[in-house]
Amino acid sequence: MQTQGSFFRGFRQGFWSGLPFALVLGPFGMLFGVIATEAGLDLAQVMGFSVLVIAGAAQVTALSLMNESAPVLIVVFTALAVNMRMAIYSAALVEHFGAFPLWKRAVAAYWLFDQPFAMTAVDINKNPLRSRDERFGFYLGVAIPLGILWYVVTYLGATLGDLLPTDIGMEFAIPATFLALVAPLLRSLPHLAAAFTSVAGTLVFASLPFNSGLLLAALLALIVGAEIEKRLERRRPADV
Amino acid sequence: MFDAGYVWTIIILLGVGTWMIRFSFMGLVGDRPLPAYFRRMLNYSAVAVLPGICAPIILTNKTGDFEPLRLIAAAAILIIGVWTQSLMKSICAGLLIYFGINALF
Repeated sequence: MQTQGSFFRGFRQGFWSGLPFALVLGPFGMLFGVIATEAGLDLAQVMGFSVLVIAGAAQVTALSLMNESAPVLIVVFTALAVNMRMAIYSAALVEHFGAFPLWKRAVAAYWLFDQPFAMTAVDINKNPLRSRDERFGFYLGVAIPLGILWYVVTYLGATLGDLLPTDIGMEFAIPATFLALVAPLLRSLPHLAAAFTSVAGTLVFASLPFNSGLLLAALLALIVGAEIEKRLERRRPADV
Repeated sequence: MFDAGYVWTIIILLGVGTWMIRFSFMGLVGDRPLPAYFRRMLNYSAVAVLPGICAPIILTNKTGDFEPLRLIAAAAILIIGVWTQSLMKSICAGLLIYFGINALF
């Protein structure tokens, strides 16, 4: 199922597709720069977070635990729990990037945050025939510009600090874009059912520690999606 | 304010740990084929994770209260997104509703 299509073509398309996220990642990264600096981190440390961790929610989680003087291991494990969802993203991309040489997979792993993963997942549905290289280009085309933006706005937040408002409802803006991302997929019944399971599961398991409710709900949602897909496939011959 | 060793230990452990989570399957499975059922499940990764992240934030604000405007903006994003299939339109509509109405009152 491989067609022609170059890395650069994919990269260009990924770049344009990912652009709307700049709207919310810009202010969010800036916010991290401001609150991290206010908490007492120096510029190198603030940038260290955004460059080496490059995961907003985990960075904010770590920072708030550090403000409570939590021990190193508690901070690290709690923030890593926030990032465990990325293992699912990693599994979902195996089929597409698994055959690449190790160094390419190592690079791809660095950039695996929510937006490039989700954009690529939606694009796989929309354009199933992209070649591996073009798909990889699309993924990095979303990820690298947004990642660089993340560094730049963190720097601006850390250095301009006081000039920027921090209480601007950013905690709603990021989820809002996640909904926009999955919306195009919801025309298909298995996707819709999986999304409902994810929402219901997360709310039901909200009290479970270390973010495990989200992961448990995700696992159930994956099974619901797969089961419904399987049933629809079985019924299809009778429908014709 | 913080001890430099404390901060850098956290940054490095968190950075390496996060990269390892991201690398996990992609790195270790490589080009070995995944079981068919597992592959079928993974088609739903985006819709299995992202709505779950959103749900609590849409239903409660920072103080733990229900804020109807969040639900209205979220509904608008979903309806416009399903209908137009356009990311830019649904994001802009949702943010305009939420931040626009918030700014007015």
